[in-house]
Amino acid sequence: MNADTEGTMASAAAAATSAAATPAATATPATPAATAGLASPVASTVTAAPFAPAVPASARHANRAAASRERILEAYPAKVYKNRKDHILALEETAEENTIAANTRAIPGVMTARGCCYAGCKGVVVGPLKDVCVITHGPIGCGFYTWGTRRNKAKPDEHTDKNFVPYCFSTDMQESDIVFGGEKKLEQAIDEAMTLFKPSSIMICSTCPVGLIGDDVQAVARRAEEKYGITAVGYSCEGYKGVSQSAGHHIANNGLMRSVIGTGDAQPKTAFSVNILGEYNIGGDGWEESRLLARCGIEVLNLFTGDASCEALKSAHLAHLNLVMCHRSINYIAEMMKTKYGIDWLKVNFIGIEATCKSLRSIARYFDDPGLSARVEEVIAEEMDAIQEQMDQYRQRLAGKTAGIFSGGSRSHHYQALLESLGMRTVIAGYEFAHRDDYEGRDVIPFIKEDADSKNIETITVEPDPLHYRERYSTSQIAALKAGGVAEGIELDTYDGMMSDMGAGDVVVDDYNHHETDALIKGLKPDVFLSGIKDKYSIQKAGVSSRQIHSYDYSGPYTCFQGALNFAHDLTMSLYTNAWGLVVPPWKNQPMLEGTLGGD
Amino acid sequence: MLDLTPSEHLDRRALRINPCKTCQPVGALFAALGVERCMPHSHGSQGCCSYHRTVLSRHFKEPAIAASSSFTEGASVFGGRSNLVAATRNIFAIYDPDIIAVHTTCLSETIGDDLGSYIMDLEVPPGKLVVHANTPSYAGSHIVGYARMTMGFMSYLTQKTGVPNGRCAVLPGWVNPGDLRELKQIAAQMEVPCTFFPDQSGVLDAPMTGTYELYPKGGTTIAEIRGLGDSESAIALGEIINEEPAELLEKKWKVPYTLLPLPVGVAYTDAFVMALQRHSKLEVPADLEAQRGRLVDLLLDSHQYTYGKRVALFGDPDIVLALTSLVLEAGMVPAYVITGTPKETFTRKAEALFAQYGAEGCIARAGSDLFELHQWIKRESVDLLIGSSYGKQIARAEDIPFVRAGFPVLDRYGHSLLPVVGYTGGIRLIEKISNALMDRFDRDCAEEDFEVVM
Repeated sequence: MNADTEGTMASAAAAATSAAATPAATATPATPAATAGLASPVASTVTAAPFAPAVPASARHANRAAASRERILEAYPAKVYKNRKDHILALEETAEENTIAANTRAIPGVMTARGCCYAGCKGVVVGPLKDVCVITHGPIGCGFYTWGTRRNKAKPDEHTDKNFVPYCFSTDMQESDIVFGGEKKLEQAIDEAMTLFKPSSIMICSTCPVGLIGDDVQAVARRAEEKYGITAVGYSCEGYKGVSQSAGHHIANNGLMRSVIGTGDAQPKTAFSVNILGEYNIGGDGWEESRLLARCGIEVLNLFTGDASCEALKSAHLAHLNLVMCHRSINYIAEMMKTKYGIDWLKVNFIGIEATCKSLRSIARYFDDPGLSARVEEVIAEEMDAIQEQMDQYRQRLAGKTAGIFSGGSRSHHYQALLESLGMRTVIAGYEFAHRDDYEGRDVIPFIKEDADSKNIETITVEPDPLHYRERYSTSQIAALKAGGVAEGIELDTYDGMMSDMGAGDVVVDDYNHHETDALIKGLKPDVFLSGIKDKYSIQKAGVSSRQIHSYDYSGPYTCFQGALNFAHDLTMSLYTNAWGLVVPPWKNQPMLEGTLGGD
Repeated sequence: MLDLTPSEHLDRRALRINPCKTCQPVGALFAALGVERCMPHSHGSQGCCSYHRTVLSRHFKEPAIAASSSFTEGASVFGGRSNLVAATRNIFAIYDPDIIAVHTTCLSETIGDDLGSYIMDLEVPPGKLVVHANTPSYAGSHIVGYARMTMGFMSYLTQKTGVPNGRCAVLPGWVNPGDLRELKQIAAQMEVPCTFFPDQSGVLDAPMTGTYELYPKGGTTIAEIRGLGDSESAIALGEIINEEPAELLEKKWKVPYTLLPLPVGVAYTDAFVMALQRHSKLEVPADLEAQRGRLVDLLLDSHQYTYGKRVALFGDPDIVLALTSLVLEAGMVPAYVITGTPKETFTRKAEALFAQYGAEGCIARAGSDLFELHQWIKRESVDLLIGSSYGKQIARAEDIPFVRAGFPVLDRYGHSLLPVVGYTGGIRLIEKISNALMDRFDRDCAEEDFEVVM
């Protein structure tokens, strides 16, 4: 990773000698390249107003945000306007004023980025389990689209030697299965999977028609458990359930809690063992976290669920602490494990340098061990030392630039910290499927009104486990650890939400869509936009540097110290690559060559 | 890679592993993107639409727009009529397309939504249009969905004024923008006025200008689709994908058609050229004949590296059959030829090709999957693999040279901008194939056999 970064950095530095080649430019004066017609059109059009108005920058920022919001909403028919106005905020100064509508139905016909319940269950949480044969029960498409398309990297474990991640299993339902029911075919499929692969676990993910025709996947799973003595779980995660992927996360969390976690007895090897919940190991993110934590003397038992195995998850309840990365997709397990096993959870963020340091120190503080705390400081110093010089170089090229981030349900918060490490400011942030607590913090949970769509998703209740329940700290000790808020305390058993880290005039969008993305880019002109594949090319075509924040454009890892360096490299590359200077043909910016007189 | 795949065969009846097809709706969406200022619309839960847009964007490296009816549990119980009404109203208000092309999904098909009657009852703004196709995901494959959407447009829009327009309708089949440009180039060389439908060139290879266009310049116009009924004749490329659309045009408007394989390689491109010639009644121009000659020249120049080499081909039925014809022209042995699409005509056509060239011991199978192909390769390997990006897993597992062609190609850039069809596409493919084989020879040969001149 190091060698690679250094090599490409040199070329990025060479490439970026012309500042005018940045896609969405800051107010760059005309450079030789620009006058030669090599600058991108955006670079030449997006310049600062010639006469700066006599209002402070922060007020201008707020005004621009409010105006952009209005312009977005103006384009909508009355009913859409009424719905969307509560999902788009130009943030006010005080937190109380910033309440957002979230986790409600997408509007038909509006190009939402959202996926479905199946995508959240199979695509996000269950799919990465490497020793599980995950069978999609349904027509072929859903299985096909979740085959090798998310970068949840995995290596087979020595003890299982099985990795199902590169495979796609489906019942490929046909018309006759829809008419006569698909349970028999599913059972036959399980038999065939057992004959071929002898997996220790099979999980079944349902697609839309399954629920409609009444196939009972849980019953099929039970029969498979009895017949083969394996762990089998059926998920009723039909695409139409809930309002987004979020319902699928919840369903998957319930299944893992009910059937997997707590059934094993592999003891941790150290006194500082953790699970990292909501870490899917995209681009190897989880491996980088594990490497860093191991250096500190902290043992990572499981990533949930990147590079995870069902076998190891069974003993996850024996960890000393749960760390939560993606709060949205996995907070149910964090909460249930707290109730059932007394395991505290700590909201961490390994994206961004300061955020990583804070997360490490919070873990050390939780374990309250002088040796561990000292080791953490040593590791921070060493890791910082290894990246400092290069980070400074990148920061010089990135500082002062602005960004927009549209992601699923947690990265828009996490990446603000990393952009801040680089001197950048996030002015637009949005989520596909977050809930109000992801925006406003968990304190808002008691005030969230449940609607019919969320009531349809089962909530399971767990009780303290008589054998395994153990509390490390009393309620008052926990309060003491948390005391002092963001600055002093640690984010234990709670999450303060994304908006707590944003400022007045920044724009927050829930269930963002194509029109809103387009309008915000035009209105707020961020230098870079981090979003998904469905938006990537329309953003880039508008002249704005565009990177995928779900897949990292096939790069990564982006976590911790080395990951921050990777990200800084990639962002610099995307902002400064030479082709931006070629967008406008030279003949568009130069007077026509002398012509010949007609007839001569 | 794919370490769990055993070589021993098991007769699977229920478990599909590593599919070589996807579902109908993505084909419908792709076809609809080949119509000017059209918004494709997925009538189902929003995940379908998200997946389809994603795979198309990853293949073309371009925006792929589409909207969804965003079904919830309520809509699944009570029917999706109100979702469609709201969706079309919102789409026209916010995105202002000229036409919305609705396709169904397994969800709306299973609950029995009657799109035809829903659409009849819609309030569509003046001058705007809504059409639909039934594309249940549990039948056929994405290939069938493409054909169904093509027919949906035809059923709603085509007419016959009684005044022939002198044009030849070309149904190009599932090809890339680079292919469409090559086909149009050949038609222009042959001086045949053609209407290509659908036509994604311009839409899915939009140039970088610094301005994003929701509807890039491109696509068959609504007027051109209407005029298909006045066509003098039709050429349908892709004997499997386009048989039904071509028949529909003939049945509806008596437009006589020629059904041809995708014009890949010498013989299949010759067939296309001659079909155009029947329309133009002109000599084949010298420059086109010269390009043909260059492809044949290349086949002869490079034959010693391709002759007798065993190749496995997988993907969509028409492109696989056409590539099979090309590799046979190059003297190769198409040992395994599979498609995931369940169409038995595929098997018969592949076997006819084997017989035509006297290729023995070759296996063709429709309704197959990549797991089965991999098992065959494990038992008796091949020298080359040709197909979509998913083949890279097998290529790595078995250390086989690999050439990407077909859909989807998710891990290469620029592939969709250049053709595989026509004589020019043939030259490109033979270069790729011989490069792959010769690179492999260079990698594996002994030091003393490593030669600068080959």
